[in-house]
Amino acid sequence: MTAVAASVPAVTRPTRVRRRWASVLWLLPPLVVVLGFFCYPLALVLRQSFVTRSGEVSLAVWQQVVTSPEFTAALGRTVLLSLGATAGCVLLGTFLALVLAFAPFPGARVVSRIVDAVLAFPSFLIALAFTFLYGSAGVLNAALGGQGGGPVDFLYGPWGVLLAEVTFYTPFVMRPVLAAFAQVPSAQLDVAASLGARPALVLWRVALPEAWPALASGACLTLLLTMNEFGIVLFVGAKDVITLPMLVHTKGIVTFDYPAACVVAVVNVLLSVALYAAHRWVFRVLGAGRSGEGRRGAVPNPA
Amino acid sequence: MLFRTRRSRFLLWLAFGVLFGVVIAAPLAMVGLAAVAGTWNGVLPAEYTARHLADAASGDALASALVSVQTGLVASLAAVLVGTWAALAVRSAPRPVRRVVDTLLHLPVAVPSVVVGLSLLVAFSQPPLALNGTRWIVLVAHLVIVLPFGYGVVSGALDRADPALAEVAASLGAPPALVLWRVRLPLLAPALSASASLSLALSMGEVGATVMLYPPDWRTLPVSVFAQADRGEVFLAAASTVVLLGLTLVGLLTLGLAKGRAAER
Repeated sequence: MTAVAASVPAVTRPTRVRRRWASVLWLLPPLVVVLGFFCYPLALVLRQSFVTRSGEVSLAVWQQVVTSPEFTAALGRTVLLSLGATAGCVLLGTFLALVLAFAPFPGARVVSRIVDAVLAFPSFLIALAFTFLYGSAGVLNAALGGQGGGPVDFLYGPWGVLLAEVTFYTPFVMRPVLAAFAQVPSAQLDVAASLGARPALVLWRVALPEAWPALASGACLTLLLTMNEFGIVLFVGAKDVITLPMLVHTKGIVTFDYPAACVVAVVNVLLSVALYAAHRWVFRVLGAGRSGEGRRGAVPNPA
Repeated sequence: MLFRTRRSRFLLWLAFGVLFGVVIAAPLAMVGLAAVAGTWNGVLPAEYTARHLADAASGDALASALVSVQTGLVASLAAVLVGTWAALAVRSAPRPVRRVVDTLLHLPVAVPSVVVGLSLLVAFSQPPLALNGTRWIVLVAHLVIVLPFGYGVVSGALDRADPALAEVAASLGAPPALVLWRVRLPLLAPALSASASLSLALSMGEVGATVMLYPPDWRTLPVSVFAQADRGEVFLAAASTVVLLGLTLVGLLTLGLAKGRAAER
């Protein structure tokens, strides 16, 4: 090992600097892929949003799209849907994780495997499943005795999309929270309980604080993903549930109005990137900072 | 044990069972059931049949499935290659470069897949690179969408990896290429497998960008499922979805086996 240590200072400074810049050259091939296939097309989308169909450069398209009622409705609907779905995922995901972590039952591992599997599934699967469950000829309507157009009729509206998003994205919250709960030493819970705290209080004051960073980061991610969700909205196919990605699709593919589609796309990307920045920030500041402190606090005396 | 009384535990489990069953398990079971349902007017299908599955494994649906498999393989292979290359190269770059490149490679996660599709349409419908109307534009879209995941998994593994082995090999006189091939990449084998699995699963289920871009001769299975469901052939759509999940599962299991063998060596 001394040989290794001795060989390191032998590299002189200029060589190291030269090597650093050589390593930047090595970065070129992947950078070409990202710049060419991701950044350059996005830049063209931004440019296209300022060019009208007749080819003039102006803010006309922006003005026309941003003030149109379908855009404002889509924006409001997208934000409301993603806030609602995220709230649902946070509540449901935390509850499911609490039970799996602190009141495990026989078969709990199978359940968490199923949840893992959902993470690998495409989202449209849930929307398709919902047609069989809650559709007009679905199981629920059959069970309630309605023949052809039964009493349950929420699928083809915002509630159907909301419930489908909650189903699909709950694992995205549950997984990190479950991992955070696993870090809570059970001795801490036992001590709190033995001092007379009721289970609800123990969970609230001991277990949940440990999971806040995971919960915050998971919620940010879910907010981002539900805002960008397309498969579920497409498959549910509700006429009055037009979200921003759906509007991009309609304008781009159905009416071929590229400039307008580009305006909607730019707004959508700005929203998502802001949320993504928040997610990264939460992950870095809360996540890394807290778990580091926690680890140091947990081992006060290394000897 | 936090919940000591039998009653509190039982109530908790009951709530869990109802919520989990209704929200997560029932929808998953429905697709499987619908794939083999003959007629379905009641709560459960009246009769079962393998007809839809047979339809989903022949003709147009089969062609679509093959397109999906090829797209998934090419996109995930490219994502692992580009992602691993980037993750290795970015490590020795100066700090500011590293931060910028890392952010750039993660960024496609934040962009809706529909917008990725639209941007490729806008950029590649005209020369210099007129990819629109060819299968390449679909492959490029899938690569862009899965690349952040392919890169992220390898990059995360490199963060946790112990650099000592590579340093020892280098100090013993192995040239960088040999260190990479014989030490660093074998150590990364589990991460490469995980990266490929994630990329494959995402690519197989991709709809948003594909529906914007696909040419008639390169229609992936999720797009076909949508077309089937839209035509009202919901049982066939369910069967095709089961085929899609089965193919994905086979891919993931194969990659898992590859990982196990690499770890043994």
